[in-house]
Amino acid sequence: MAIPRQKMPAQDPVERVGNFKEVNLGLTPEQAQQEALRCIQCKDPVCIAGCPVNIKIDQFIKLIAEGDFMGAVRKIKEDNVLPSICGRVCPQEDQCEKVCVIGKKHEPVAIGNLERFVGDYERTSGQKIDPKIAPPTGKKVAVVGSGPAGLSCANDLAQYGHKVVVFEALHELGGVLMYGIPEFRLPKEIVREELDGLRRMGIEFRTDVVVGRTITIDELMEEEGFDAVFIGVGAGLPWFMGIPGENLVGVLAANEFLTRVNLMKAYDFLKSSDTPVFDCKGKNVAVFGGGNTAMDAVRTAKRLGAEHAYIVYRRSEKEMPAREEEIHNAKEEGIEFLLLTTPLEFVGDEKAWLTGAKCQKMELGEPDDSGRRRPVPVEGSEYILPIDMAIISIGNGPNPLIHQTTPDIEVSKRETIVVDVNTMQTSKENVYAGGDIVTGGATVILAMGAGRKAAAAINEKLGGTAKNFNEW
Amino acid sequence: MYRIVSAIFLAENIKKFEIEAPMIAKKRKAGQFVIIRIDQNGERIPLTIADSDPEKGTITIIAQGVGKSTRELNCKEAGDSIADVVGPLGTPSHIENFGTAISIGGGVGTAIAYPTAAALKEAGNYVITINGARSKDLVILEDEMKAVSDEAYITTDDGSYGFHGFVTQKLQELIDSGKKIDFVLAIGPIPMMKAVADVTRPYGIKTVVSLNPIMIDGTGMCGGCRVTVGGEIKFGCIDGPEFDAHQVDFKNLADRNRIYQHEEKEANDTFAHECNLTRQA
Repeated sequence: MAIPRQKMPAQDPVERVGNFKEVNLGLTPEQAQQEALRCIQCKDPVCIAGCPVNIKIDQFIKLIAEGDFMGAVRKIKEDNVLPSICGRVCPQEDQCEKVCVIGKKHEPVAIGNLERFVGDYERTSGQKIDPKIAPPTGKKVAVVGSGPAGLSCANDLAQYGHKVVVFEALHELGGVLMYGIPEFRLPKEIVREELDGLRRMGIEFRTDVVVGRTITIDELMEEEGFDAVFIGVGAGLPWFMGIPGENLVGVLAANEFLTRVNLMKAYDFLKSSDTPVFDCKGKNVAVFGGGNTAMDAVRTAKRLGAEHAYIVYRRSEKEMPAREEEIHNAKEEGIEFLLLTTPLEFVGDEKAWLTGAKCQKMELGEPDDSGRRRPVPVEGSEYILPIDMAIISIGNGPNPLIHQTTPDIEVSKRETIVVDVNTMQTSKENVYAGGDIVTGGATVILAMGAGRKAAAAINEKLGGTAKNFNEW
Repeated sequence: MYRIVSAIFLAENIKKFEIEAPMIAKKRKAGQFVIIRIDQNGERIPLTIADSDPEKGTITIIAQGVGKSTRELNCKEAGDSIADVVGPLGTPSHIENFGTAISIGGGVGTAIAYPTAAALKEAGNYVITINGARSKDLVILEDEMKAVSDEAYITTDDGSYGFHGFVTQKLQELIDSGKKIDFVLAIGPIPMMKAVADVTRPYGIKTVVSLNPIMIDGTGMCGGCRVTVGGEIKFGCIDGPEFDAHQVDFKNLADRNRIYQHEEKEANDTFAHECNLTRQA
């Protein structure tokens, strides 16, 4: 392979820890074309099957190679209307790029970077490419939650010709794209722009509606006349560790910290935001966990001025669920990794403010059920890590609201909604679900895949035509 | 945007708003609250729904100006709009015919206690209300409370009106009078709610308080509002805001509510400064 994988330019680490601007700067058109030429256009493009929404990867890359960037936009949008978002946040190394044939001997084709390039090209071109829409069917579908699952479901349903109304509890759309993923990985302006594309397709968005409180699922169908409902409310209920001292002042869930900073713009407190966030300046902040949310939180704390920003993780780096790229970025930014370390309790002063975490060193033992080596405590290794703020990032569970107010929707022991894996239908007639509310915390793109699958099943149930979108 | 239909001051710094929010008006039950955001730069703050008119499609909220956002809200007039109103949130008050029920409101807590007192009356309870204020000019909802009470008492700290003393003293007096009391609801500042819990505990009187932890989303996704009840973590916005007063860790709540004291002061000072600039202009 003569052409090396094109490296995306990025903001200098020293400079970027002082701002919330995007870290990765995107491929230039020349780089994109060079990268596109690395694709060998396999006869059987396995990359497509590696993508949960089955983007026609070979075809859009071919169009980039030919310099037809708008053609590439059109091709991607047949399957995914959020390319600028997915190109940024998908874990391509576990999806499309993982199975790329080139990757067997060389580095895989940078499919994610190319998708991002295409999405950004459209957004900055001044032209808009919207998917074709089938003639109206007269059917109405309610989508609950405007995160990745709901958005992809709404998009496909609109293309099938159904009237779609999306209900969102928060004041901004996008779910985790808005409150969870930081500005420096996914600028919020991009989320808003891609959402405008969905508005142009006739999808109606209603914010400030908490389904389960403001209106129930039964009322949506019986009183508001919706023919079907898709539940894509995610897994937003933060887990705590249940160790002593967790309620001290300065201990908070990553969800709270990130919501304050991302959704409420607390990094701009007293200027464009009235929402405060814990003052990190010159302080020691520890994030407990090893996933992408933990990386987002710790890098955010560093940007807010933390003197020391630690990742405290009970296994070794190899077992970390976070993307390699994010671990790398975090290290470049001076994040300190305390591996094989687990907190036993939080300690505080007489005013109940956090002063430290009593930690214990671990070593790796035999593999557990997940196949990862189980961390085993090292006796006598306890020590106090002095910290002013602790951010808990050990995962989220499903919010119980829907289940509490719609008891005829069957849930599992973990309170996730039970669905038929082929149709995503719940135990309740005409009610479908997908994304983290079904799987527990997973990725943006898996949620989008579930949303598409549900849209196809809903369409079939409502008697819509199952034609290929681009034929309309 | 949510239009303000009427806005009137009930006392100095305490303002009552009727806001157009038809879906919430139709749905809300006593004990529930809304989260509001005044404008694009605004923070999300929780406020109890004091009343509603499903026909008109309006809800009533009562706010005391204590910091930047509430003071900004209290500058709003009829015809103005608020960017976001979300609700109804929280678990509704548990209402049944307990027998004799006492509703205690401290300061602006009276506005929060009012809808639940009304619901208790509706459920057939013999309702006694005790409303405490620092002084006479801060007494609110006197007539409304009277209308839903079998016995209504006002207490003032300085004795300028009604009973001279704290709500807990009046409560103790009622207990001492030998009256059989089956249920107590107490809403107000944390020290007041704690004091009421301490009064009723030895008598084993079922006592419920409405907690006021810091909230952001109000839908259970951040855990910012977590409180310790009976040794367990509960989310104020989902499991509450009402909890068994005898199980609540009031100290933890008071400690946690102080986390942004410094920032709140900064925001308030900046707002005061801006206010003065506008006034001069």
